[in-house]
This record gives sequence, C-alpha cells and structure tokens, in this order.
Amino acid sequence: MPTIMLINLSYIVAAVLFILGLKLLGSPATARRGNMLSALGMLLAVVVTLLDHAIIDYRWILLGMVIGSVVGALAARLVAMTAMPEMVALFNGFGGIASLLVGWVALAQPQLDNFLLLTVFLSILIGGVTFTGSLVAWGKLSELLPGRPIVFRGQRLVNVALLLANFACGAMFVLDPQQPLWLYLTIALSATMGVMTVIPIGGADMPVIISLLNSYSGLAACAAGFAINNNILIVAGSLVGASGIILTRIMCKAMNRTLGNVLFSGFGAAAAASDKIEGEGTALSAEDAYYVLEAAQSVVIIPGYGMAVAQAQHVVKELQEVLQQNGCEVVYAIHPVAGRMPGHMNVLLAEADVSYDLLLEMDDINPRMETFDVAIVIGANDVVNTAARDTISSPIFGMPIINADYARSVFVLKRSMASGFAGLDNPLFYGKNSRMIFGDAKETVNKLIREFST
Amino acid sequence: MELVYLSFILILSVFLGFELIQKVPSTLHTPLMSGANAISGITLVGALAGAGSESSILTIILGTTAVTFATINVVGGYLVTDRMLAMFKKKATEK
Repeated sequence: MPTIMLINLSYIVAAVLFILGLKLLGSPATARRGNMLSALGMLLAVVVTLLDHAIIDYRWILLGMVIGSVVGALAARLVAMTAMPEMVALFNGFGGIASLLVGWVALAQPQLDNFLLLTVFLSILIGGVTFTGSLVAWGKLSELLPGRPIVFRGQRLVNVALLLANFACGAMFVLDPQQPLWLYLTIALSATMGVMTVIPIGGADMPVIISLLNSYSGLAACAAGFAINNNILIVAGSLVGASGIILTRIMCKAMNRTLGNVLFSGFGAAAAASDKIEGEGTALSAEDAYYVLEAAQSVVIIPGYGMAVAQAQHVVKELQEVLQQNGCEVVYAIHPVAGRMPGHMNVLLAEADVSYDLLLEMDDINPRMETFDVAIVIGANDVVNTAARDTISSPIFGMPIINADYARSVFVLKRSMASGFAGLDNPLFYGKNSRMIFGDAKETVNKLIREFST
Repeated sequence: MELVYLSFILILSVFLGFELIQKVPSTLHTPLMSGANAISGITLVGALAGAGSESSILTIILGTTAVTFATINVVGGYLVTDRMLAMFKKKATEK
C-alpha cells in the first residue's frame, strides 16, 4: 500500500477518534476516556505523518518535540487550578502561532497558485490575531497587564483601518508573492490586530474572549489545513472552531450581551456612571452567622471569582461537610460566567473534591431559591446583582442572574463594600434579608467551621 | 475541485462540531476548552513536513518552531485535561 494512502486512511481513524472523544465529553463519567481517545487519535496522526517521504531529516523534529513535550508536561503538572484560565489563554496563543508558521512554511512549496496564497494569508491573519490576542489575554488574567479595559477615542476607527490595511496587504501578497514585504506587513498587522482586539476587554468579560480565541485557534488550524492541503487539519480545526463559537455564544447569552458589544464597548468604562444606591449594608459577625447556619435546613453556596482569588475552594468544601453533618442540605449554584473562563468554578470545586451532582446550573437553582434557608455568596458579585433584574437603567439590566435574594437570608462574604468587576453597586448587599460578613473569604469560612467544632 | 472537496469537509465538520459540543454539560466546559485546545495542536502534523524538509534554513527554523509550539499545545493540553477530568467525581454517599 502506498504511504500516502496509509497516511490518509489513518487520518480518517484519527478524525473518528477526535469525534468519539468529544462525544464522550458529554458526561463527567466518560469524559476522561474521551480525552484519552482524542489523545490516541492525535498520536496516530502524528506517527503516520512521520512516515511521509517528504520528511528527510528527523533531527529538528525531534528537537522541537522534545522541547515541546517537556514544556507542555511541566506546565500541565504544575499549573494551579485557579490559574487554569491563564494557561488555556497561553495555549490558545501557541496554537495560533503554530498555524501562522505552518502557513508561512507552505510558501516554500514549488507551485503557488492564488488559492494557496489566499489560504496562507488567512492562516497568518487568524494565527497572528490568535497569538498576540491570547498573549494579551494571558497578561490580563495573570495580572501582568491591567485588567481594566483599555479604551481610547477613535479605537473603532483604528481597528477598521487596521483590518482594511491588512486586507490590502493580503491582496498585494496574493498578487505579488515574490515580494516578501507584503508577507511581513501582513504578519505585523495581524499581530497588532490581536493586541487591539483584546485590550478593550475587561476582566469580567474574559470568559467570552477566551472562548473566542479558542475558536480562532481552531480556525487558524483549519486555514493552515487548506494551505497545505491536509484533511485532518481541516476536520480537527473546524471541530475546535465550532466548540469555541458555541462557548462564546453561551457566555454572551449568560451576560445578555452580543459579541459585538463585548468586543467593542469597553464595558467597565461605560458602567461607572450608574446611580449610587442609598443605604448601608448590614454587617454580621462570623459568630452570629454560625447560629443561623446551625439552624439552617438547606444552604446554597454561590461562588464567584473571589473564591478562586482567595483559594477558598477547599475550606468551602469543609464547610459543606460540616453543614451536612449537621443535617443540612448543601448545594452549589454556578452561574455560567462565574470566574474567568467557562466552567472555572466547577473545576475548582472538583479539585476540592465536591461531588459534581451538587453543582447546579442557574436555571435549575432559580425556581427553588425560595426554599433555601441561607444563600452564601462567596466572592461573587455581578452574577447575583439584582440590578440586572430590577433596575432598567442599570448597564447590566437583562443579564440573567442567580436570584440569591429570594433565599430566606443571604450571607455575602466580601472584603469590603467596594463594587464588583463591572464597577457597579449591588442592591443585593443592601437588601433586608442580606448580611455582609466582611473579611477574606477563606478566613471567614474557616471561622465558621471553627464555630461548628466548638 | 480540490477546493470544493476541502470545503465540503470543512462544512460537515463544523456542523458535526456544533452537534457534539452542544451536548457537553456546563460543568465540563473548562476541560472541554483545554481538550479542544489540545486538538487544535493538530497543526503539529502540518509543521512536521517543514521541520523535516531539507529545503531552506528558513523553512527548517519556521517548521521547528511550529513543531515546538504545537507540541506544547498537544502534550500540555491533553495532560492538563486529564488532570482536571480525574478530579470530577461523583460520591454516592453524599446528599
């Protein structure tokens, strides 16, 4: 059997393994097996590709693979679960740069027709935007860059100009591939576009932009697949592209915003003008909170990004156990955009060994919120902001929230009365049944646990 | 014809992707993302040809860099996804 035939048949098997892998991700019980199948598909695709006759020298491949494996394995081992968004952002970027480079390498082919040049241009455009965009997202998430949106006058105009200039360069590149200037300009413009796309995104909108960059990294692989005429790149790339787009859509829906609004509006800056709420939040000591919790029959815990920052997931689980031993029902309510990436809270709680069937989605918890004795809000703010439901003038009006205020009493664990990431006041904190427990979330929860043991 | 054939694959895969991903519960969205990320490291397959060719130095440098980044993506992505998924447990004793 000719090698090329073997390679392509193996690619079909690899594609099937990717698809089965994603299918098994449909349930936590089978997900791990799914991931392994997917990895097996990847291994197969890589191994058969190495049989290709076009590959003469294996030394450089080996070098790249060894470095890549060591870095990848170490990163996967060492990353803290709270730092997952940063890592995924960075990896998205690596996928992007790899596709850009593969597109560039495709130019070494002896015959260059217009279609091939166009796909090379697309690989460079999407790959470049993904790379620098992801680096900026990574910088923002790891707080190397300021997390607030960076906006300036005429930003949209600059972005449109960049896009048009890039298309013009792309056209020149296709028409005159011998002139390397157009290639370099396209790379530079794409890289700039990536930076410009992500700097106006605020911290609270990060789940959207990470999902979108995830999608781009797939589309970049897809474009590279067209450039080198390779099916498996197209199949795998478009699966990833579709996955990222779905997540992006879920995230946007959970914030009641369009993608355009997230990308172009620089949310935090616009929100500062909202009305101040009169009144004061009522503070409660941990001791008093204990008496309420001790008598509670059912408690819902609503975690947010603050839980990740305080690394409080393990003590939260302890509190859950203490409450359960006390005969109390404990569940968790997870808002789709809680945290900095889709599913962030679920992973943190899984790390703390919380059973996944206790993690309820917003739509499952809201109808029965009235039945809970206590709702404990830990490091969440915007996702329980009742202004989104009740105040038409609020910038986040219309965003679906977890109705924490419908529970009989609400405990809010918070450092101070300062407003959340969106810069908005939260009427929940001033509600009649709300009590603020000030302090570091982890310490507060620890105090509660100690009260139970004495 | 090549273009039509490749576009055909593209369209079908996108639709298949939509169908598959829609069934993933929100609990698993982070592992889904890192797993998808590992799959997008498939560019590795494309990078191998460049790194292994004996054409110009530029091609080899570009190809090797691409191999390195794509391998980080593949190895890191699958391992970290596995690490996360291993933590998702259901405990019958609770509740």
